[in-house]
Amino acid sequence: MLIKKPNDIKASEITDKALFLSRRRFLAGAAVAGATIAGLTNMDFFERSAAHAGEKLSGVQKSRFSTTETLTPLKDVTTYNNFYEFGTDKYSPAQYAKTLMPRPWTVAVEGEIKKPKRYDIDELMKLAPLEERVYRLRCVEGWSMVIPWIGFPLNALIKQVEPTSKAKYVEFTTLLDPKQMPEQKSRMVLDWPYIEGLRIDEANNPLAILCVGLYGEVLPNQNGAPIRMIVPWKYGFKSVKSIVKIRFVEQQPTTTWMKAGPTEYGFYSNVNPEVDHPRWSQARERRIGEFIKRKTLMFNGYGDQVASMYQGMDLRKYF
Amino acid sequence: MKLKVLKAVVFVAALTPLALLGYYAYTGNLGANPIEVITHWTGDSIIIFLLITLTVTPVRKLTGWNDAIKFRRMLGLVAFFYACLHFTTYIWLDQFFDLPGMIKDVAKRPFITVGFASFLLLIPLALTSTAAMVQRLGKRWQKLHRLIYITAAGGVIHYWWLVKKDIRWPLTYGIVLALLLAFRAAISFRARQPSRRVFVPAAEKQ
Repeated sequence: MLIKKPNDIKASEITDKALFLSRRRFLAGAAVAGATIAGLTNMDFFERSAAHAGEKLSGVQKSRFSTTETLTPLKDVTTYNNFYEFGTDKYSPAQYAKTLMPRPWTVAVEGEIKKPKRYDIDELMKLAPLEERVYRLRCVEGWSMVIPWIGFPLNALIKQVEPTSKAKYVEFTTLLDPKQMPEQKSRMVLDWPYIEGLRIDEANNPLAILCVGLYGEVLPNQNGAPIRMIVPWKYGFKSVKSIVKIRFVEQQPTTTWMKAGPTEYGFYSNVNPEVDHPRWSQARERRIGEFIKRKTLMFNGYGDQVASMYQGMDLRKYF
Repeated sequence: MKLKVLKAVVFVAALTPLALLGYYAYTGNLGANPIEVITHWTGDSIIIFLLITLTVTPVRKLTGWNDAIKFRRMLGLVAFFYACLHFTTYIWLDQFFDLPGMIKDVAKRPFITVGFASFLLLIPLALTSTAAMVQRLGKRWQKLHRLIYITAAGGVIHYWWLVKKDIRWPLTYGIVLALLLAFRAAISFRARQPSRRVFVPAAEKQ
């Protein structure tokens, strides 16, 4: 009687233990996720899964650059946003930014540097000690907030990648992915991807930070997860969100808003109460939560740290 | 009698935007920048009711429902009511009675200039909306009330010039207004060409 020996299972078909365990974890995760969906609304589910948003950031140091002004409530900071990739209405980003996936995420650092590199976001977050920077944020539209950002100086990254003498400007690019950023399907309002830029000395200014969190926690999607710039002496739109590329260049980059309105938005866009937007005054601002408007400060109150960079420049011409 | 009921329904409906705004304010749901929400909400209401007012005549002509005209004054006054709220929001909540600041705004900011002018143009229309005034002004009443075309266009321009980049809403209002005005232009064009309707016997053609 011929008894066929059962075929040996090929080694390649045996699930690797690590993979097996990760699948088990995935299944467990899926079960939890399923229960979450069952128990909560879809919105809650996505808010939990979309990022580590809400996760506490540890080892955050205080900074001497922080203001002691009253903080804008977290709810306002996370529900009143200009993030056109999710709609031009200020309440849209909080509603729609769930589709943004801040992990996995890499930031390509390239151009006129000796050490170009594609950084993983988690690596980038360990590049320098995280600091809390409580900054004023002044929007070009005439409102302002006080926000406890968490991040590290951009100059720490610049130092590491060793710019060449040709690196006169730094250009930042936001993610381009209409699946994650639905408003990118239309170019009626802005041209995508969103581009911003700084002069190299501005980029090296200790006030300019790469930001990964706020209010002690990981940056929420609607605020530009997983990593964004904060340039507190400039109008808010200069603080580019969800960065995927940082490029060192010789020529001044043409930013998205310069392209959208060359007479209204300049490369510098420093907060300046004396230079009005062509269509509205910039002399005053409404601090979110306050009733009476307050006077807007030159360089948003950061003149001591930044004014020297613009000495001798006609700020009406270089608006 | 039925018309009276319908009028009451329309009146209540016309005040719904205000009621909703009040409800959101009461429940603390006006968001981070309530003054901005109130400004935009009342502003949108003005344009919407100006456009609805301008829809009355086309509806009447297209459907032959002549009673439609009986809603026009109310709708126009509702638009004026929202304009008053919008204006009050600006001088009180937004500017907090900063008169020099407002004068500067009106003089220097084209979008405010246009908005302010449009508001001023609505005032004589509201004042002459009573039945007695309609009778007293006779033919001149209609001429005067054509100002609503300019006011509505001014409202759309005011909105268009104030948005940062996303013109989709002002564009939508603009298209609706253009269609409503084009309808009137077509009607008056046809009315001025009586010759086309005159029958010319073939024998007289040479």
